[in-house]
Amino acid sequence: MDSGYEDLSGADDETAKQAQIQRPEKAISRDLAISVKDLGVTYRTSFQATPTFKETIVRLGRGQRVVREVKALQEVSFDVQHGTVLGIIGHNGAGKSTLLRTIAGILPPNQGSVEVRGRVSTLLALGVGFNGYLTGRENVILGGLAAGLSREQVEDKFEEIAAFADLGDFIDMPMRTYSSGMYSRLAFSVAVNMDPDILLIDEALSAGDTKFKRRASAKMSEIMNTARTMLLVSHGLGTIKDLCNDCIWMDHGRLMMRGTPDDCVAAYNESVNASESSLTLEDI
Amino acid sequence: MAKRKPHDSDMFTPVSSVDVDDPHDMFSDVQIYKPHRAGIPNLPRYIREVWKRREFITELSRSMMVAQHSTTFFGRAWLIINPLLLAGVYYFLVYALRGGKAEPYYFAYLTGGLFMFYFVSGSMQGGSGSIVGGGRLVMNTAFPRLLLTIAAVRTAFFRFLPTVPVFYIIYLGSGLRPNWHQLLAIPAAFLIVLFAMGMAAIVATLQVYFRDTASFMTYFIRIWLYVSPVLWPWYSHGQTGIVELLLKFNPLYSLLGVWNDAILSSAYNPDKFPGGPVYAPLSLWLLAIAWAVGTLVVGCLYFISREREFAVRL
Repeated sequence: MDSGYEDLSGADDETAKQAQIQRPEKAISRDLAISVKDLGVTYRTSFQATPTFKETIVRLGRGQRVVREVKALQEVSFDVQHGTVLGIIGHNGAGKSTLLRTIAGILPPNQGSVEVRGRVSTLLALGVGFNGYLTGRENVILGGLAAGLSREQVEDKFEEIAAFADLGDFIDMPMRTYSSGMYSRLAFSVAVNMDPDILLIDEALSAGDTKFKRRASAKMSEIMNTARTMLLVSHGLGTIKDLCNDCIWMDHGRLMMRGTPDDCVAAYNESVNASESSLTLEDI
Repeated sequence: MAKRKPHDSDMFTPVSSVDVDDPHDMFSDVQIYKPHRAGIPNLPRYIREVWKRREFITELSRSMMVAQHSTTFFGRAWLIINPLLLAGVYYFLVYALRGGKAEPYYFAYLTGGLFMFYFVSGSMQGGSGSIVGGGRLVMNTAFPRLLLTIAAVRTAFFRFLPTVPVFYIIYLGSGLRPNWHQLLAIPAAFLIVLFAMGMAAIVATLQVYFRDTASFMTYFIRIWLYVSPVLWPWYSHGQTGIVELLLKFNPLYSLLGVWNDAILSSAYNPDKFPGGPVYAPLSLWLLAIAWAVGTLVVGCLYFISREREFAVRL
């Protein structure tokens, strides 16, 4: 049961069908990068924002259940081939970030399975800089070491990362002194320079300035051209249309649609009854 | 193959990630994430993953120690200033309370135990913040979370190390002489490190669920200091019956007992101890080993069984 390998060899009918329906047009390689099957993730969270003994005791005294279940993902199945740039759209709380975290192996699924083939690099919201008292350099090196790279590998990459982020002397300053734009530049630079096979990006380009955005999208094109796989969560529907060759639309933890970016964005816009106006709102 | 029922366990459980190409490396190129009923993942694999990332432990601990002192005037000199001030406070306390009548070796005894006690409490305080303080890293990277707690214990240990020469100066200043029996301090310290690691893992996990653990712990540690053989020698607590049993049930009774025995017992001047030095019996060592290994195993397993949930709870 635990090996789970048999589960995968018998290809799921549903996902096989989906793969046939949408074959990404720019896909260079047809090797499977990610296979998500019947995925369900349920958060069990407490009501309190910050759990404390006192609150727990008070609630136990009242006979209230302390936890409640949030079904973040339900019955999500899809495959992604290598070389695909998959956009993920949906409203806030639709389960987009949960999906990326599950694919990254950070969150455990409660149901179904996720298979990932290749080295994953994540650029999730607020990715780099877990400790504001450490310098940018230290945070980057620690992040790389935690991800399983050796010190030599991390230090080899560091110069590239620092050069791309273009932070100057700030790279050796504590990260609490960084502006939000500097944060996201460094985070983006780390993610794209780790030479991942699969890059997971969650709302990453929102905070950089125009100059950096331009370099970032050039870098993204470069990644796409080297047949690497990218999953991109964004509320910038224009970005999704520009960068992606495949798209899924999530709603309340369910996969609503898999299709071309144009089709998905259109369907999503129709559902939120916002038509094209959301396209112009994205950069506010 | 039968599908697993959803939510068949009441908590998030660790997920076995089975590697197709190399079943021993859960973080290699092909990973499969599935629900897992048992709370504990494959331990040899987990330990290998921790070992592979050991540089993360030293790097995190080293950077944190530099960062903690970066805003202070004396910087890293605080590593020496801290134990000196602590010894000074207790020197004052002992001589004020005892009217200057305390034996010189008592002060050496006191500081030897106190510095080691502060290592244990430092590990627990560092451990309690290790997961909660690693928020973004925990939420964004898949790695064995125990690394963060091990780094906190390493930091506490490197804060303890400079106290060793401070202790030894006090020891020599008290007219005591070095001897071979003191080599037992190495296994004793090793046992205390294992124990501190287990305790740090427990409080790190508790802190994720109850954010006031660290606040309670401050008072708990204060009481723990008084019921442990730090201010009084392990062989003369002056208690009998149930109180004596409770005192001896304290893990630090045996652990600090063998530590103090190692660093001091044989050095006592026979003139002052007519019956000769009091050595720790084998039973005390066995008790210390049991507490150290037991706490390490229970603490780490508890931590590992819960760690997949940390990303959700932060």
